[in-house]
Amino acid sequence: MSDVAIVGIGQSPFVRRCGTSIQELCFEAFKEAIEDAKISAKEIDASIICSAPEYDKQRTPSGVIAEYLGLNPMPTFYCETICSSSSTGLKVAWSLIKSGLHEVVAVIGFQKMSEISSSDVQERMGRGADIMWEAPFGTMMPAYYAMYARAHMHQYGTREEQLALVRVKNSKYGALNPKAAFRKELGLEDILNSRVIASPLKMFDCCANADGSSCIIVASKERAQRGGSVPVWVAGLGAASSSVNIARRDSLTGLSCAREAARQAYQMAGVGPEDIQVAEVHDCFTIAEIMAYEDLGFAKPGEGPRLIEEKQTYVGGRIPVNVDGGLLSKGHPIGATGGSQIRSMVSQLRGEAGEVQVEGAKIGLVHNIGGVGIYGNVTIFRR
Amino acid sequence: MSFDKFGTVSFVSETKAADFINHLEAGEVAITRCNNCGTVYSPPKMDCSNCHSSDMEWLGVKGKGRLISYSTLHFAPSGFEDDLPYTVALAEFEEGIRVFGRLSKDIPQDEIKIDMELKLAPVMLPGDRISYQFEKA
Repeated sequence: MSDVAIVGIGQSPFVRRCGTSIQELCFEAFKEAIEDAKISAKEIDASIICSAPEYDKQRTPSGVIAEYLGLNPMPTFYCETICSSSSTGLKVAWSLIKSGLHEVVAVIGFQKMSEISSSDVQERMGRGADIMWEAPFGTMMPAYYAMYARAHMHQYGTREEQLALVRVKNSKYGALNPKAAFRKELGLEDILNSRVIASPLKMFDCCANADGSSCIIVASKERAQRGGSVPVWVAGLGAASSSVNIARRDSLTGLSCAREAARQAYQMAGVGPEDIQVAEVHDCFTIAEIMAYEDLGFAKPGEGPRLIEEKQTYVGGRIPVNVDGGLLSKGHPIGATGGSQIRSMVSQLRGEAGEVQVEGAKIGLVHNIGGVGIYGNVTIFRR
Repeated sequence: MSFDKFGTVSFVSETKAADFINHLEAGEVAITRCNNCGTVYSPPKMDCSNCHSSDMEWLGVKGKGRLISYSTLHFAPSGFEDDLPYTVALAEFEEGIRVFGRLSKDIPQDEIKIDMELKLAPVMLPGDRISYQFEKA
């Protein structure tokens, strides 16, 4: 399956406060990506703009961003599955190219969260749950994932220290990533002593809100092969949804939309979990990375904590995961996160990941989840 | 009382499910069942997503529930700060019916345990608002 490739990658630094408008923010990632791809904006046939609505005030952002980037008059539109918007954008771009409708598509992810307070950010996130039946109780993302953590701890004996080890790893790699918002290496005690946000999750178990943008240039095989960069092929794509209402979920120890999306992607790519050499997973909270290990088949249910304890997900381990810092240390500008994961993956598979390069990596996987497992996206890439 | 009186903050004022509030005022947390295929919905739906009939009936959630998971919040989204700290929870009642809501503040933190028995009770909130909570059974 090698008809569609990533030919350009770009990302703004992820920061607490970007101090720029959303179109200026997107420009940073876009310029980097077209320079990386060695193409001009005029060669892009369509753009897909990915973000979560209501964090900044621009309604219908795609038009404004396309104008600023010089992408008129090509078609542009908005694509949203909250935190996995960029991965969904990639799936749509893949489809547009595979169908023959377009040759080159830019998937631009962004989020500017700094114009509103942290409480207001959580209020928006709470309204990413069912506003009729759950938001009236004062829900927010950390609280939902905290319920999953509690259930995982109850069922499998998972301990808070094991959750914290995920952040120890991701903070080590965040310190090496010049585009990460959080550059400090954290020790186990730092994490365990941080303030409780929603029990049992503490501040350092949670990713920080951030401003940022990403850009992935997707191209047809013909275009990729005559292009100026090393193509990385999209080998498998999977996507699934789960009930928004937590009361209609079967289990609180894993995300069924992730398992289903992974199943589809593995099948399409003709590989299994054991073939994946490097992965980017959606570590919005420490528990989310542990559940990702299990949902992706890197560990059996309940054995995710053992994988991190044994350091198997470090560079040099059996399956390096989030060696760019993950959402935990990069920060999580919602719409840009998927693009950032894809950028890190492409970088690895091109052999351009520098200090955190996984030697000889040829097959990688990106796991990108929207909300508390409402939307699951898994994409497998191959060099 | 209409649906916009539900919970600490309401985001929806009009819905076919507004009778939920009447049931709360009458003392019960209600869910719906499809009269065509028998599928039960917690929280309620007024259209069946299984067979797509809209012939639904209301049922009260009866008896004791078992705590499945919970989390105590120490940071709140805007509009909910005055409630802190509060505990959100998911509990399972008879026939696999699960309900999401908050634990009563009368349950001491150190008594909250997964699998503990709970019952549902409507509760009035400040500002003439109405909700429900889990209490010790």
